[in-house]
Amino acid sequence: MSENISLPKPYKITDIIKETEIEYTFRVEADLEVEHGQFFQISLPKVGEAPISISGIGDNWLEFTIRKVGKVTNEVFELEVGENLFMRGPYGSSFPINEYKDKDLVVIAGGTGVSPVRSTLKYFYENSDSIKSLYLIAGFKDEDSILFEEDLEKFKSEFNTIYTLDKEKIDGFEVGFVTDHIAKVPFDSFENYNVIIVGPPVMMDAAAKEVLKNGVVEEKIWVSFERKMSCAIGKCGHCKIDETYVCLEGPVFNYTKAKDLLD
Amino acid sequence: MSYRVKRSEFDDILSKLQEDYKIYAPTRKKDKGTFSDTDLVLYDRVSSLEEIDFNSKTKYSPKEVVFPITQTLFYFNGDEYIEAEDKGEKVLVFLRPCEVNAFKRLDKIFLENGPQEDIYYKRLREKVKFVVMECTEGFDSCFCVSMGTNETEDYSIFIKVSDEEVFCEIKDEKLTEVFADQESTDYTPEFIQENKQQVEVPALEDITTDLFDSEIWKEYSKRCIGCGRCNTVCPTCSCWTMQDISYQDNENIGERRRVWAGCHIDGYTEMAGGHDFRTTYGDRMRFKTLHKIYDFRKRFDIDMCVGCGRCEDVCPQYISFVGAIKKLNQAIKEEKNNG
Repeated sequence: MSENISLPKPYKITDIIKETEIEYTFRVEADLEVEHGQFFQISLPKVGEAPISISGIGDNWLEFTIRKVGKVTNEVFELEVGENLFMRGPYGSSFPINEYKDKDLVVIAGGTGVSPVRSTLKYFYENSDSIKSLYLIAGFKDEDSILFEEDLEKFKSEFNTIYTLDKEKIDGFEVGFVTDHIAKVPFDSFENYNVIIVGPPVMMDAAAKEVLKNGVVEEKIWVSFERKMSCAIGKCGHCKIDETYVCLEGPVFNYTKAKDLLD
Repeated sequence: MSYRVKRSEFDDILSKLQEDYKIYAPTRKKDKGTFSDTDLVLYDRVSSLEEIDFNSKTKYSPKEVVFPITQTLFYFNGDEYIEAEDKGEKVLVFLRPCEVNAFKRLDKIFLENGPQEDIYYKRLREKVKFVVMECTEGFDSCFCVSMGTNETEDYSIFIKVSDEEVFCEIKDEKLTEVFADQESTDYTPEFIQENKQQVEVPALEDITTDLFDSEIWKEYSKRCIGCGRCNTVCPTCSCWTMQDISYQDNENIGERRRVWAGCHIDGYTEMAGGHDFRTTYGDRMRFKTLHKIYDFRKRFDIDMCVGCGRCEDVCPQYISFVGAIKKLNQAIKEEKNNG
């Protein structure tokens, strides 16, 4: 019999980083071929499964930044370093990193939307020669919900960064939604570039409209979707939009495709 | 090879078949219907001709033989997942051509979609053989001819019953032995060629995302109550949700199951944190309708709906699926005229 791809496997938790009160990053030992933007099914016996995007990729580890919002994620927060996290994956499409190389890249991320794009950001931070420039606009609701503070601080040295909070004014952060700052990106000066937009659906819609208004063409925009999933392998039906299965053809889509994915 | 069997001798054939197969067929449960003095017709195990109801449509489709309402995928035991074993029973199921075609639709999802075949489905599916009951009249809500699902070549036995005799065409050589003593005949299966209801399924290129927010769906926001009956009776609805349960005696031990899910039912798209999509019933009706007659075809080249009419039969709000397709056709026409 062929391998059962629904079978979760144990991965040892080696570190837990508290990002906010309700968002922790779990690092697990894993020696797997994964791509930036893919996801795993976190799978807890007795509790269930939830699709979680990969927020960090290392030589023999992976990171998942998990928000405590539901049945499965509440239970994940009970786990401690040294214990096993059951998962299956990786699944889904990824950001086409090679396509981004030697061009300008604009990354617009809101809230937990920073997670799926964080490994891409880290890749270009560590390989800054492979990209012409990187503009990062990262937005959070308020001071308490800022994710990856250390990374954001480091990124300032290699990227052009705009960090923003919805309403609060604190040091190092602008005020307003990510969309309010898109016009600051010098799209006109780019010869060839790509734009990644990741965040809640409303934010992605608004940001896409805003970059299009700034003259960006649809082919250059990349987004990442989040949907309910039970299987992640094209069988359960929950994530289907039109004829597209987000678990198979997504979660990363080019905007030319994504714009027609109406729920 | 076709045979004619006296009705009185057919039970012997069924008992011989039962040595190797569990036999499922439509059966009539007296007074078990939803309303008083009504019967319920549903699939059950049978061992005699008398038990089989050849003249009625079952409320639920035969899909349960390959896609059970609840199916255990794994057992977990402390720190380990153990794949659920297969019981390995061979099945003969009595059904109509549209229903055989419905299995082809389930095959597309469970065997062809995604990176790998669904092993749980496959091992049940491999054990199923079809006994197709001749259906030349259909029922009031049927529209299989419109969906092109009124005929099938995929069966082990094709069967027609008369007052005295049972006519059988046997395609499966493994089953011919059971009929060896019977008189051969020149019976050839017939298929329905015209239903009482007809509907034209729109061409792929006629459906655009403009139709997603067409006025026609709004009617269903008022009528549909999101009960999901249409999903549960549909022979091609294949959605399911993962569900973990733990045993009362020891909560570290339990099962991971899959259970039927339906796109009309609340919670179908809801993610942790409460965000969901298609919150109106009209949107859900649009999603289901287009899946059944449009986007499934875009992906697999055949329509998902097989025109059995069960969704219409069970809808407490009398929503007709044929009616929905007709409204869509009208909306397409108007869109074209305006465009």
